Formats: sequence, structure tokens, C-alpha cells
Amino acid sequence: MRRRRQREVEWWEWEETRVRRAIVRRQITRASHLALIALLAMLFLGADTDARFNMLGHKLMCMCGCGQVLLECNHVGCAYSDRMRNELMAAMERGDSDSLVLQSFVQKYGNTVLSAPTTTGFNRVAWIMPFAVFGAALALTVWLVRMWKARAVAQPVEGPKLDAPELDGLRKKARQETEF
Amino acid sequence: MPQIGSFSLLLALALAAYSFIAGAIALYRKDDRLGETARRAGIACWAAVTVASLALVMAAFGNDFSVAYILHHSNRDLPIAYKFAALWSGQEGSLLFWAWLLSTYALVLRMRYKVDPQLFAYASAIIAAVQVFFLLLVNFAAHPFGLVAGQIPADGNGLNPLLQYPEMVIHPPMLYLGYVGVTVPFAFALGALIMKYPGEKWIHITRRWTMVAWLFLTCGIFLGAHWAYEVLGWGGYWGWDPVENASLLPWLTMTAFLHSVMMQEKRGMMKMWNMWLIFTTFLLAIFGTFLTRSGVVSSVHAFAQSGIGIWFVWFLALSFATCVYFVVRNRDTLKSEHRLESLVSRESSFLFNNLVLLVACFAVLWGTLFPVLSEWVTGSKVTVGPPFFNRVNVPIGIFLLLLTGVGPLLAWRKTSLDSLRRNFLWPTALAVLTAIALMIGGMKPWEDSAYFYSLMAISLSVLVAATVFGEFWRGGRVIARQTGTNIFSGMVTITRRNTRRYGGYLVHFGVVLVIIGFAGLPFNQDKEQEMGFGDKMQIAGYTLVCQSYTQDDKPNYSSEWAVIDVYKNGRQIDTMYPERRFYKASEQTATIVANRSRLNEDLYLVYAGRNQDNGKPIIKAHVNPLVAWIWIGVHLVLIGTIIALIPNMKPQKITVKERERAEAEAARSGVVGVGGD
Repeated sequence: MRRRRQREVEWWEWEETRVRRAIVRRQITRASHLALIALLAMLFLGADTDARFNMLGHKLMCMCGCGQVLLECNHVGCAYSDRMRNELMAAMERGDSDSLVLQSFVQKYGNTVLSAPTTTGFNRVAWIMPFAVFGAALALTVWLVRMWKARAVAQPVEGPKLDAPELDGLRKKARQETEF
Repeated sequence: MPQIGSFSLLLALALAAYSFIAGAIALYRKDDRLGETARRAGIACWAAVTVASLALVMAAFGNDFSVAYILHHSNRDLPIAYKFAALWSGQEGSLLFWAWLLSTYALVLRMRYKVDPQLFAYASAIIAAVQVFFLLLVNFAAHPFGLVAGQIPADGNGLNPLLQYPEMVIHPPMLYLGYVGVTVPFAFALGALIMKYPGEKWIHITRRWTMVAWLFLTCGIFLGAHWAYEVLGWGGYWGWDPVENASLLPWLTMTAFLHSVMMQEKRGMMKMWNMWLIFTTFLLAIFGTFLTRSGVVSSVHAFAQSGIGIWFVWFLALSFATCVYFVVRNRDTLKSEHRLESLVSRESSFLFNNLVLLVACFAVLWGTLFPVLSEWVTGSKVTVGPPFFNRVNVPIGIFLLLLTGVGPLLAWRKTSLDSLRRNFLWPTALAVLTAIALMIGGMKPWEDSAYFYSLMAISLSVLVAATVFGEFWRGGRVIARQTGTNIFSGMVTITRRNTRRYGGYLVHFGVVLVIIGFAGLPFNQDKEQEMGFGDKMQIAGYTLVCQSYTQDDKPNYSSEWAVIDVYKNGRQIDTMYPERRFYKASEQTATIVANRSRLNEDLYLVYAGRNQDNGKPIIKAHVNPLVAWIWIGVHLVLIGTIIALIPNMKPQKITVKERERAEAEAARSGVVGVGGD
């Protein structure tokens, strides 16, 4: 009976600790959510029109054929860049979201107006491939080094049976190899 | 002139073909006399191509507009220097120029054949084969001496105004010297493979030629960047244009080769890898030429579209097949003599360095060709512009920078933990302190990924600079102690004794400065404003006041410019003259940028246009921090490479008595470094 009571007390204590921990966790989660919202709000409130214009303008290409980003085209007498900048400003003043602004440019000028591939469909391959190749090459290199290292360790070592000229040759080689 | 030129080109083709065929037969039959005739035919081929090139230049000087090429790329009022530059300003002329440079490289090689007659004979035959390809092109696909049909116009169309800039007279030759120079190490490598060359002597010969080609290519790439910055007037120096990328591809693989070749020289490792790096570099140089000239990718720098692309495709396929055939046939000669022993060693740092450089090369190639691939797969073309390349290549570049700092401090075979701690403590501490100082100074890496990368780039640059300085300091101190001189002359002596190693460190330091220049990019500011008399513009602490604007007329062009006074803190510090020119012959406009370059930042003014209603000029102002460091860094890279090309000075022998006397004298005069540690 006494043991049972003791077990109940222990259970209650454990339960109380568990509940208290859950409350603390929830509070931390809420606080972090609030901090995240505050941070995002600060970021978005801080992003004034100029910064947004700059950001969107660098996601678009000038379509005059100069091959430059819209805001960097200074092609003298360019018939496109001024008009496109005005269109961008007008879309922003209308209150269009970023994706809507970009979409309207794609509809008007085609896919090539975007300065980088999107992250949808086949375009995703453009972004994934370099990093996939990097990762695969890195893994292969590490594997190769480890394999070579293991082989080098596994080789039996024979005792030195060298005469003086051979030793001189080895010293010369060692000097040559440690020159760099 | 056109007849002389045409005849010389045909003669050059015949001589190159003879040099190749006779050279190959002579090597097969081991017939030295036939081989000598092949060598001499190769030398004569240079003379014939030189005559053809001179004929084209003379046609430009003489305003011979019966030659279609001269009609399209020159005019009567074009200054003499630019008439000379007309040789490489168009498709046909630039291919002729390419053939001439290749013949000149081949001439040097054929004159120096006594270094190793057998290997040089192989290399000479291979170069002759490449010469045959380019001479076939200029004779039958892109003939520079084609004549104008019908009545000959009184004046030519003129040179593209963007090319009428002093730097453009030297930028293409430098770039071509780099591109064409790649053929020489390729020829040596392939020759060594075919003849199963014993030993590593060929790699010493090849390395020097590769360094020469690398030097020219580096110079050409950065001259192009400087030209873009000073002439194109968009405030940047690198636009990730397909043609720019094409020059970067062989540069990256060549850089990888120059590092990994040390493993072959010192440890007999990576023979197959090095062979393929040289082959890939050559194939990429040809591929870059194909990209520029075939119209496969659209670029503002590309030559007019033509049908010569298919020639390059066949040549590339043939070259690749030849490389594969001989690698497979003679693969036994490419086996490594040693294996890697540790992950933390100089060898593995070279391995990772090669990996990163090749991944960067792949990323650039992938981005350049993705529009073509996308169109092929989805039927819709996309643009792969600077945002893609920056986002993909900047992290790779930062990793490479880290390796640049770490690699030289690792020992061959295996590095102990103790040595790691000793070598990296101070550089790492300095890098961390730099990062903290930058954040205290107002850089907020958490606000934007560009700021984060900038912070990383500057901090790692400090790490690399500290390691480089540490190497010079340690080496200089040892020499100073041995010779009784001060530590700075010790540094000079150690550099002269091991030019390759310390020249390499200088190159690394130059790269650091270039990276610091790049790191200023996220902090660029620009502003555009219409500026009449007395109008003011405020940008980044500068006040720009328009004093006047005016026009001028010259034989080759008419121009308009503004006179802008620059004030800072209420004091006038400069007057600048941004200009716009209208070239009469080509009826094209070009900007002449006014740039006030200082170590901290450039104030860069562009005459963007004129308001048609009130005639006032529109001025675009850029403030670009740290750009000057790029150009300073490039100079250091070039100096370092030249030093690395100079043979080592032999160490002086010092007797014990002399050393004791030097130490005693130094102790009396209190020279730093003697006997101290």
C-alpha cells in the first residue's frame, strides 16, 4: 500500500514536471513565433519602395537585346528600359504582389524577361544541378582519399635494407618532395 | 593586297599540311631528315601567315574597300591604331589573327626543338594539325580577302564604336594569346602520351607554356572586365555574358592544372587527371571559340552568325576522339606512383582545390548552356543571367578562397594537429577579428545573403593574406639568419631562390585583393537625374553640381558632354566630364564614362542621354566601393606569375666563418632577424 502510494506520488511529480515542461516549451514556441513575426514585419516594413523596385528590377532583363539586367541597362537611346521601368513602377503603385508583377512581365515579354530561371518545372534542374554535382564530387573525393589512405596503411612495410647511395637518393627525393 | 593575302593563305595551308603529314610519317618511320623538312615547312608556314596578316592590315591602312572585310570594319577617318585593330574586330580577321598567333607559338616551339627533339617533333606535328584546321577555316569558310561585288563604296562602315577604345587594341590579342597558347601544352601532353614519354620532363616544359597561356588569358579577361567597366557604362565589370563565360572556362581548368601538376612533379600522382585537365582546357578553348562564333547562344559580344559552327563541332569531336583513343591505348603510362596518405595533407588540398575549380567550371558551363537545353527540352527559352551565376558561383568561390588560405600551410603526405594549430592560430584569429570589426562597423550579414558573402569574402581574404605573409616572414627570417641581412632582403632572396613557390604566393595575394574588390559589390549605390546648369545631385556623401554642358564635332565622331563639379563635405574635390559620342560612319552612339577612382570607392558618372524637350543632360552616377582593388590585385597576379616563370637563383654557399662574421656585424648594427627567433 505504501509502495503504491509512493508510486502515485512519483507519477504525479513526473506528470507535473512533464506539464510544466510542456508549458515552458509552448511559451518558447510562442515567443519564437512572435519574434519571427516581429522580424518579418520589421523586414517588410523596412523594405521601402526603392528597395522593392531595386529587388524586382534586378529580377528582370532589359528586352532591347543588350543582355543586361533591367536596372543596369544604360544602353544609349534604349527604347525598352525606360518603358519597362515605368511599367514596373506602375505595377508596384497598383499594389500588385511581387509574383503578380513578375507574372505580368512574363505574359507581356515572354519567359526570357526573367533574369534567372524560376524554381518550378524543368527550370528547377538549373538550380539543382551545380550543387548536386558539387555534392557528388565532394563525396567522391572524400571516398577516394579514404580508400587510398586505407590502401596505403594496408601495404606491408619491409625493413630498411639500404646502402649509402640508395639512402642519398632517398634524401634527395625527400628534399625534392618537401621543397614546396 | 587581296591577291597576295589569298595566295599566302593557300600557301600557308599547304605548308601546314606538309608539316603535319611529313612530321607524322617521320615520327612513325624514325626518319630524321624528313622530320627536319616538316619542321622547316612549319617555320615557312609562319612566314606565309604573317604575309597574309600584313596584307589585311595594309588593306585597312590603304582604305582598300574592295575587300569586304575592310569595308565592314574600317573607314577613312578611323585612327591608325584602330585600323590596325580591325584585323581582329570581325569574324574573318580574328580567325586569321588566331592562325597567325598559333603559327607564332609554333615558330617558337620549332626554333627551340633542341631542348628535346623527339618530344618537340611530336608537339610540332600536333600543332601543325591544329594549324591545318584554322587555315582551312580562313581559306574556305571565313575568307578575310573576299571581294565586294559590284561598285566599290567610297567609304567603309567603320569600326564598332564600343571597340574604339585604347584597351580594345590590346584586350583581344591578350585573350587570343591565352586561348591559342593552350594549344602548346595540349600538343606537348598529347605528344608525351603518344610516345609514352619516360619521366616527368615533359611536365616541366608543359607547365611553363601553360603558365604563359594562363598569364595572357588572365590579362585578357581582366582587360575585358576593365574595358566593360570604363566603356560600356553600366557600372559593372562582369556581366556573365556567354562570351565572357567562354573565356573563364579554360582559365578555370588551367588554374586547376597548374595546381595539380605539382602532385605529379613531386609525388608522381594524378597523371591521368593532369592529362585530362590539359585536354579539357584545349577542348574548352575551342568550345569557347565555337560559342562566340556559331550563334548557338545569344551574346552582345558574339561575332555575326555564320556557318562555321559546324566546322568547330567536327574539330571538337575529332580532337576529343583522338584524346580518348591515346589515353585508352597508353593508359599504363599514366598510373600513379604514390597514393594519398591523409585527408589533411597538401595532396588532398590540391585535390579539393581541383574539385572546386572544376565544379565552378561546370556551373559556368551549365548556366551558359541551360537556355539551349531548356529550349530543347521544353520548347521555351529562358534567360540565365547574373543572379543565377552569382547565387551559384559565389559560395563555390568562397570555398575556394578558404582552400587558398588552408592549402599552402598543409604539409605533404600528412599534417599533424600540432602543426595545424601552430600555422592556423593567428590567421584564423585575424579573420575572426576582421569579421567582428566589420559587424561592429555596420555590416549586417543577417540582413541580406549578399552582405553575408561579402563579410565571408573579406574575412577569408584576411586569412589568406595572413597565411601568405606568414610564409614570406618565416622564409625571410631563415634567410636573414643565414646570411646576416635584414628580414626584407631575406624575403626577396627566398623569393628569388624559389620563384615558383613565392611567385605563387604573390598570385594568391593578388587574388585576395581581387576578391576584396568583388566584396564591395553589394554596397554599390546609383542615382539618375536630369541636370541643367547649377542643378545638384546628392549621392553617398558626394554633391554633384552641373557647371555646363556642351557639344563638339570631330572627323570620326560628334560628341556632347557635361561638366560636373564634385563636392564632398562642402569642399570641391574634382571636376568630371561624362561624355556621349555619335560615330558618323557606323551611325552608332557610345558613352565615355568619367571615373574618379580611389582606393575606397569609385565615383562613376555616365552621360546617359539628353531630355529631348529641354535639352538638359541626364546623368547617371554610381558609387562603387573597393573596385580599384580589383585592378591592383590583377597587377599583383601578373607580377606573381612572371616571377614564377623566372628560373630559381642558385643559393650562395656561405662558409661558417663568413656566417659568424655576418652575425657579429649584424649584432653590432642591430639588424632585425639575425640570430633571433
